[in-house]
Amino acid sequence: MRRIGDLQDGRYPISTYGNDEGDVVSETARWRAEVFVSLRPGVNDPQGLAVRDGLRRLGYEEVEDVRVGRYVQVWLRAPDVETAERRVAAMCEQLLANPVVEHYRFIIEPA
Amino acid sequence: MRFGIVTFPGSNGDHDALMAVRLGLGQPAELVWHTETDLSNYDCIVIPGGFSYGDYLRAGAIARFAPVMQAVAREAEAGKPVLGICNGFQILTEAHLLPGALLRNASLEFVCDWVWVRVEQTRTPWTSQLAPGTLLRLPIAHGEGRYYVDEKTLAELERAGQIVFRYVDAKGNATPEANPNGSVANIAGVCNVRGNVVGLMPHPERAFDRLIGGDDGLQILASVLAVGLEVVRGRGGH
Repeated sequence: MRRIGDLQDGRYPISTYGNDEGDVVSETARWRAEVFVSLRPGVNDPQGLAVRDGLRRLGYEEVEDVRVGRYVQVWLRAPDVETAERRVAAMCEQLLANPVVEHYRFIIEPA
Repeated sequence: MRFGIVTFPGSNGDHDALMAVRLGLGQPAELVWHTETDLSNYDCIVIPGGFSYGDYLRAGAIARFAPVMQAVAREAEAGKPVLGICNGFQILTEAHLLPGALLRNASLEFVCDWVWVRVEQTRTPWTSQLAPGTLLRLPIAHGEGRYYVDEKTLAELERAGQIVFRYVDAKGNATPEANPNGSVANIAGVCNVRGNVVGLMPHPERAFDRLIGGDDGLQILASVLAVGLEVVRGRGGH
C-alpha cells in the first residue's frame, strides 16, 4: 500500500486512501483547473463594450467585439482527470459561475 | 411584529433597516448575525443592503453560504415574509430564493439617486396595503442593479405575477430614461411564485421619514404589519 506523500513519478504527489480492510481504493493526483467565466452570449456586457471602444480609440480599428470575464484557478485532488472534470463542472455550476447569466469553460492539467 | 434583520460582514444597510422599523414603524427589531441558524423567533426577515463579503466573486455569491441563509430558506419555505433590499436582493437571487440575476449597471457607474417606482403587484405581504399602480419615491445606491432574466423567464414572471416594482418616471410611465441601470423591462423588484419573498434594488428603509428626504418607503415596511394583524386575529378567534 502506498503511503500519503508517495510520488507517482516524482512530479505528482499522490495520496492513498484505504477501505476498512486496508485495501487501496483510490490514488489521488493533484490537478490544476483554469476556469474562464463570462457573460452568456446575448447578455449585454457594458464592460466589454467600454474596453472595445477604448481599444478602437487606441487605433485598434480591427477590433470587432470584446467580452470581459473572470479567470479562476483551482487546485484539487482527484483519482483521474474525468473525476476532476466532473467536480470542477459542479463547482462552476454551484458557485464559480452564475448559470442564469454566465457560462464557463475550463482546462485541467496535472499540477 | 418582530423583525429580524440579518447582518453579514460588509452589510451597511442593517442599521438603517433597524432604525426604520423601530422609529418609522414603532415595531421591535433585532440585528441577527450571519452565523445564526434559527430565525423562528421573528415574524418577518429583512436581508439588508451593503457589500457582504466585499462582493467577492459576484455580489451576494458568498453570503449565500452563510449559516443564516439556511434558516432564511427554511422560513421562506414556511411562508414567512422575507424582504431583500439591494445587496439583500442580490443574495436572494444567488440563493435561488428569487428568480433572475443582478448585473453591473449598464452605465458602468455606481448610481446614487432618488427614483420613482410603480407598484405592480399587491399580492405580496410587502405590498398588500398598497393600491396597484401606486408611485413611490425611493433612493437607490448600487453598482450592480441591472436585473436580468431571459425572455422566456420574463414571460413566466409576467404570467405568474412576480414583477413587484418597476422604475417609472414621475408620471408613472416605465420609460428607458426612467431606468437607472438597464434592468430588463424596467424591473426594480420581484417576488417568488408564492409571493412571500420580495427583493428590490431601491431602499425603502432609507425613506422612512420626511426629515431624511421622504417617507414613501414606510408604506412597504408597514404593509407587512397586516400579516401580523392576521396572526393576532387568528389567535383571538375572530
